[in-house]
Amino acid sequence: MDIIINISGALFLLMGSFLCISGGVGLLRFPDFYTRMHAVGVTDTLGAGMILIGLMCYSPDFLTFSKLVMILLLTLLIGPTTSHVLAKAAMHNNLMPKLQQEDNIEETSSSNY
Amino acid sequence: MKLHTISLFLTLTAFWLLNSGHNTLLILLLGLASVLLVLVIVHKMDVVDHESQPLHLTRNLFSYYLWLTKEIIKANIIVVKHIWLGNKSISPTLRRIKISQKTDMGKVIYANSITLTPGTVAIDLIDDEVVVHALLKQDIESLLAGEMDRRVSQLER
Repeated sequence: MDIIINISGALFLLMGSFLCISGGVGLLRFPDFYTRMHAVGVTDTLGAGMILIGLMCYSPDFLTFSKLVMILLLTLLIGPTTSHVLAKAAMHNNLMPKLQQEDNIEETSSSNY
Repeated sequence: MKLHTISLFLTLTAFWLLNSGHNTLLILLLGLASVLLVLVIVHKMDVVDHESQPLHLTRNLFSYYLWLTKEIIKANIIVVKHIWLGNKSISPTLRRIKISQKTDMGKVIYANSITLTPGTVAIDLIDDEVVVHALLKQDIESLLAGEMDRRVSQLER
């Protein structure tokens, strides 16, 4: 039983780290503010979630476990709120998203590199 | 009102006990005092109601969360795939979507669920329309299909 919990905890941590790194790569790679925000969404939902679940597998007692659960719930509440506020602020300051246009897909995507 | 106060008291007590972990009488009494103080303050602020303690949602909330978790995992896989595929594979879209929720609580749950799912962000809420920015066109299409909207409406009832 112990070994199963250990291994699954390690797997969760590994997947969480991969998702966080992917989020960071997306943050650098995507073309504009709004699409970058989607990349960060990966980091703060499943990335942080997986790492916290992994840590829960390693927690020594119930108190630590429950604190990790609280952190998870708090992240899941705060994440969308902050990204919504950021997006709304950007929109109110007339930062227009780069949108896909059917006729010049080639042009828009190549200009982003 | 009474029910909401009891639920708030239980939540605060559980929160305090889980965060403290000390079991001496003095500390427990101080904890009880602080919980009661918070209860008095929130009553003076008049914020103890169905909005801060949405007890009527509890019945269906669990199954909704399970479904939402499944959706979040699916959306995460798609977004990560497109991060590694690069800029050519994404199709950013901005669109207004009609929502069918009547109460403020339902609207907030729907907009928050949209934002919580990676790949879609709710930017603004105007009357009964929500402005959504999506990384991929098919995300918008699946929102327009209304699966999430239907489930939130069900939750609201």
